[in-house]
Amino acid sequence: MSALLSIRGLTKSYPGVLANSDIHFEVAPGEIHALLGENGAGKSTLVKTIYGLVTPDKGEMYVDGTQYEPRGPQAARAAGVSMVFQHFSLFEALSVAENVALGMTDPPGRTELGQRIRDVANAYGLPLDPDRLVGDLSVGERQRVEIVRCLLQSPRILIMDEPTSVLTPQEVDTLFQTLRQLASEGVAILYISHKLEEIRSLCDRATILRSGRVVAECRPAEKTARQLAEMMIGLELTRPLPRLFSPGTPLLRLRDLTLPAETPFGTTLKNVSMELRTGEVLGIAGVAGNGQEELMRVLSGETRVDADKLVLESRQIGAMGPTERRQYGLLSAPEERLGHAAAGDMSLIENAFLTGNRRQRLSYRGFIKPATTTNFARAVIRRFDVRTPSAETKARALSGGNLQKFVIGREIMQRPRVLVVNQPTWGVDAHAAATIRTALRDLAAEGTGVLVISQDLDELMEISDTFSVLEGGRLSAPQRTGSLTIDEIGLMMGGSMKDQTGKDAPRADA
Amino acid sequence: MLMLEPRTAPPAALQAAVPVLAVVLTMIAGGILFAALGKNPVEAIRIIFVDPLLDPFSRSELLVKAAPLTLIAVGLSFGFRAGVWNIGAEGQFIIGALSGGAVGLAFWDVPGLWLLPLMAVAGMLGGFLWAMIPAILKIRFGANEILVSLMLVYVAELWLSALVSGPLRNPAGFNFPESRMFHDSATLPILLGGTRAHIGVLIALGVAVAAYVTLHRHVFGYRVRLMGAAPRAARFAGVSTNAMVAACLGISGALAGLAGMFEAAGPVGQLVPSLPVGYGFTAIIVAFLGRLDPLGIVLASLVMALTYIGGETAQFTLQIPAAAISVFQGMLLFFLLATEVLSRFRLRRVRRAA
Repeated sequence: MSALLSIRGLTKSYPGVLANSDIHFEVAPGEIHALLGENGAGKSTLVKTIYGLVTPDKGEMYVDGTQYEPRGPQAARAAGVSMVFQHFSLFEALSVAENVALGMTDPPGRTELGQRIRDVANAYGLPLDPDRLVGDLSVGERQRVEIVRCLLQSPRILIMDEPTSVLTPQEVDTLFQTLRQLASEGVAILYISHKLEEIRSLCDRATILRSGRVVAECRPAEKTARQLAEMMIGLELTRPLPRLFSPGTPLLRLRDLTLPAETPFGTTLKNVSMELRTGEVLGIAGVAGNGQEELMRVLSGETRVDADKLVLESRQIGAMGPTERRQYGLLSAPEERLGHAAAGDMSLIENAFLTGNRRQRLSYRGFIKPATTTNFARAVIRRFDVRTPSAETKARALSGGNLQKFVIGREIMQRPRVLVVNQPTWGVDAHAAATIRTALRDLAAEGTGVLVISQDLDELMEISDTFSVLEGGRLSAPQRTGSLTIDEIGLMMGGSMKDQTGKDAPRADA
Repeated sequence: MLMLEPRTAPPAALQAAVPVLAVVLTMIAGGILFAALGKNPVEAIRIIFVDPLLDPFSRSELLVKAAPLTLIAVGLSFGFRAGVWNIGAEGQFIIGALSGGAVGLAFWDVPGLWLLPLMAVAGMLGGFLWAMIPAILKIRFGANEILVSLMLVYVAELWLSALVSGPLRNPAGFNFPESRMFHDSATLPILLGGTRAHIGVLIALGVAVAAYVTLHRHVFGYRVRLMGAAPRAARFAGVSTNAMVAACLGISGALAGLAGMFEAAGPVGQLVPSLPVGYGFTAIIVAFLGRLDPLGIVLASLVMALTYIGGETAQFTLQIPAAAISVFQGMLLFFLLATEVLSRFRLRRVRRAA
């Protein structure tokens, strides 16, 4: 078997971290090859090196037997290497065709490009209308735009970074068909994901990284998900134990909230009501862009509503801002880590102060208490095993999963009455995800009400006691977890829930 | 074709060297400019940058010019960090001088230690209220504070002309458009005999130190930095954008007003239409030259004061036109911004695919 891509002895170090150390692996034409590893294991650095975004310190790469030294993404694309990123880089106000043209060095004319987009899209079962505005597309459709953009360059090696984290189960199936078809045509696919079941069903081979080194290679289909996870982290996994849930007294109540969209691409919230009780983990499922952001902002206090719409333990808090809400015990962690939950250019200490000021008494008469704030940051880092050189490190320098642990940990350590989290484990590896989920369950066990907004159904099934589906700005009545199959929920997320759960359906656990 | 590419890790040494590099580049380009005017460039640069440091009186004048620049630039730096662009400090400076000066004139010939503090408060209040106009218009109607604050500079200048030609005119001044000279109790005490270096120099230094502490240790400074670093995170943290707009404009207005009152009650000694000499605009350059950090601003205002004093000397010894000195100061800002960009981005040549 001759390798299409072969990596030999690749090494890259950053100040204080050895990101990649002597990496060897090969990918054959037509192979779907998984890269597995925890956050900070070096997957991102590795694929960025292959895509020409990072220059390695040592080592060689070969494409088709000839040495390959990309000096940037353009050179990589010219050599037939394309990449679909976890975070899309699309302009919402432009059409699909315009977005695709922006990524090309030499775009053809409008009609020709439109035709080529349609051809490629149809050939791979990815229906896409070149003239639609990206802002009107669902997340799954946006990903198609990114994939089609890559396919137009006829790549021989395609890198996919966590492609399924934002898709419904049905969309995942479509994506897998496309990938299998590409592989059958001889394209080598490098696939990064944390979803071990997916890797088992999709990938031919897997390279497992730990602390920047290759620790194992295997055929994922021959291993169990648990074995894969344990190879990744090098120790046995602890899963949160299922727990008998006895609903407590109501903590947080949202009453029949209707909120018009703020931007043309936002979602209008329609008659949203919900109730969270002590010790309850309430999951809110749904595909991104169905009102999650808007609901999150209403709960965090960034969007203020009428005082009586939102009630926390008989206190009307709808009109309060984030600071006051925190004082009364309603804490939140938004989805976007950098720029929203944390400021990238500030240190972890300063970011600890960001939400911790009042509850942790981090300031005295307006002056920041440096020692107390540093201690609080260090406590979060220790308890949630945040991998960082120091508490003084800038948030931007942390890997996504580590920053996520810090952001969630920062709120949990403040002993909230109610904690609202959006996508708590997005882009986080299995080990870190397990840590976060266990911490959320523990918090609920102590009587906190936890509200988890997530697109990851497996996650919601694992940690929530009850769940609702948010679709098109409407929130379904809560269901007891386990009363529906994943497929049925997937259909609800896709918009066919009206006949299944009416607004006045009784609570399943009542 | 040339392209700007972000550097993955901006070298720390380069970042620190940016202001120094900008000054050196300004000297070189300024030298070329002076040579083109037919003057000896080395001599011109020496007169501007070195000679003022050798002469004791020039050294004290350096402080006289640096004090208002520091006061205004320190105030502006808060807003510039938070993304609130007060470009009208010159106007707030004028209103500060007017209101502080008016108080001094109202109590003309009344002795008392209380008068100067009262004038200072009036000056700050005047600058503050003048800055509240763009603040309120921005908060209420979303009006751009850059345009409003800038346009209010011209309104303030006209107010100054109108008042010194009317109600504040010196009754024994042969109808010249200027006020009475302030009496002793309304004039700033001099620090060093024989110079014009007044007590405001010390106050400017104190304000810079206080601002440094506020920026790095106080919750307000934290909010300013947070708003500049990540506006959405600031909203998530509970920082009210409107309150920050008002606070940043208010602080810079009050400090510019104080600088204006110091100028009137210090070196000038009366209210005249020629009181504003552009400190409010130059302070914008100073704020950036000092990297928006209060202590950096103290240094930057000394450098900028040097170009003022050296520039004046160069004007009469070498007959360099006054405009050339303004060009020279403009170059400093230009090179500062250019080196700043190049320290964060790499210039790369790319060939466009045919």
